[in-house]
Amino acid sequence: MSAWSIYACSGAAIIALSLYGVFACAPLLKRILAANLIGTGVFLILVALADRSAPAQPDPVPHALVLTGVVISVSATALALAIAIRLADRRSSDDEGGWP
Amino acid sequence: MTALDLVFDVVLATVMPVLVWRILASKDLASSVVLFVALGLVSALAWARLHAPDIALVEAAVGAGLTGALLMNALSWIGAEAGVTEPVSRATRVGVGILVTAVGVGLAVAVIHLTQPVGLAHEVDARLADAHVDYPVTAVLLSFRGYDTLLEIAVLVTAALGARLYAPGSVPGGDDPLSPHPRVLARVLTPIVVLVAGYLLWRGASAPGGAFQAAAVLAGGGILLVLARVLRPPRMSSIAVRAALVAGLAWFIAVAALPLATGAQLLEYPSASAKQLIISIEVALTLSISIVLLMFFPGEPAPGEAARHPEDRW
Amino acid sequence: MTVIDVLATALWVVGAVFFVAGTVGLLRFPDVYTRLHALTKPDNVGLGFIVSGLAIQSSELAVALKVIAVWVLLLVVNAVSCQVIARATWNRGIRPWSRR
Repeated sequence: MSAWSIYACSGAAIIALSLYGVFACAPLLKRILAANLIGTGVFLILVALADRSAPAQPDPVPHALVLTGVVISVSATALALAIAIRLADRRSSDDEGGWP
Repeated sequence: MTALDLVFDVVLATVMPVLVWRILASKDLASSVVLFVALGLVSALAWARLHAPDIALVEAAVGAGLTGALLMNALSWIGAEAGVTEPVSRATRVGVGILVTAVGVGLAVAVIHLTQPVGLAHEVDARLADAHVDYPVTAVLLSFRGYDTLLEIAVLVTAALGARLYAPGSVPGGDDPLSPHPRVLARVLTPIVVLVAGYLLWRGASAPGGAFQAAAVLAGGGILLVLARVLRPPRMSSIAVRAALVAGLAWFIAVAALPLATGAQLLEYPSASAKQLIISIEVALTLSISIVLLMFFPGEPAPGEAARHPEDRW
Repeated sequence: MTVIDVLATALWVVGAVFFVAGTVGLLRFPDVYTRLHALTKPDNVGLGFIVSGLAIQSSELAVALKVIAVWVLLLVVNAVSCQVIARATWNRGIRPWSRR
């Protein structure tokens, strides 16, 4: 078994686990984390596929994709967290919960 | 590949799904967040093993540093008990479990069989001179697939606007005294952060590095300054913040659209000044992305919210 | 395997031993304050050993200096973060463990 296939299987396992987490976890924060982790699994598979050539000349196109993907994944998570904060704010306050 | 390499890879590749399971299965949200940061660091190791040093840099800076701070801060706003949705029924969980096992196994089997090393590495190397940068990943990001990067900046700015729209504005830190150490640390580290970011940006032309890594490091330094209350969280009402947010996107669009005036294609840099243009785009991108990442950080909770968790003030 | 390689490997092994010791301490110590000891002190020393192994093995002086700079930064950051965590724990009312 070569290195890239080991990491690709790891990526598939992470995708499966976090997909389960998105649907089955109760706290909202965990669902947000799970959605982020699906991204991590996908990136693992992509970079593993880029590393297939034997004398280690990795394919730079998936690397560029994953690079932008990591930053976008953080942004999506941050947006989801902002909405979650607002939701918690609204739920806990009795009044309008408007802008402080 | 030696046996030791194989053992290391197997251990690393097993630790990651186990960490994911622990993140999603632990009862305590704070442990989930801490394990998430640990997973970020372990996956940085995995990227390094897979010969992807740029991604390792970005993952270490963004995934481990920034996301950890973001999540911890969100936890302090939300609290451990709020935000719980209705628990999922057992039948749904079993059904979803069967489905995701099928997906996982199917994906793994499908990917393992893709043994042909098809890729664009040769094509990129053959045309590297056309890209006016020496490093393949930077060439792909800013020359060959520059359009994708342009759209990505637009997505980032949109996400920052959306996050600011939703997150309640934070009040600049309360009156309780803050320990002096973080402030001193922030002041000492800031020049080093700027230096490292500039170095990463400059090296991106010929070695692993570039705009994203530099921006992630800068944003990390910015968050440190905000947490130490040296800097106030950037407010949307400030002209400087708005200008910084838009600068990267605006400059990139300008440089991309400029060739249209002379009859060439979009993003076809004039080859005489291509290298300078690419570097200027990277500088503008670094500024914008670091402000975007900093804008995601909502600062400390206002005194009303903080009263719910008085023990968390330091 | 040159002498430098053997020496570097020895330094790395010593550093790894320190990290393992720190982790064992993290798992076994009774309260936050002792665990902070176990986290920061062996980490600093362990990283120092690993960094020296890297420094003597590096091909040029610039790389060695950069790696040593990383270690110095870690010392500074560990000191401050340890103090901040300890202070936050104290403010929460948690007092050091004592043998009853």
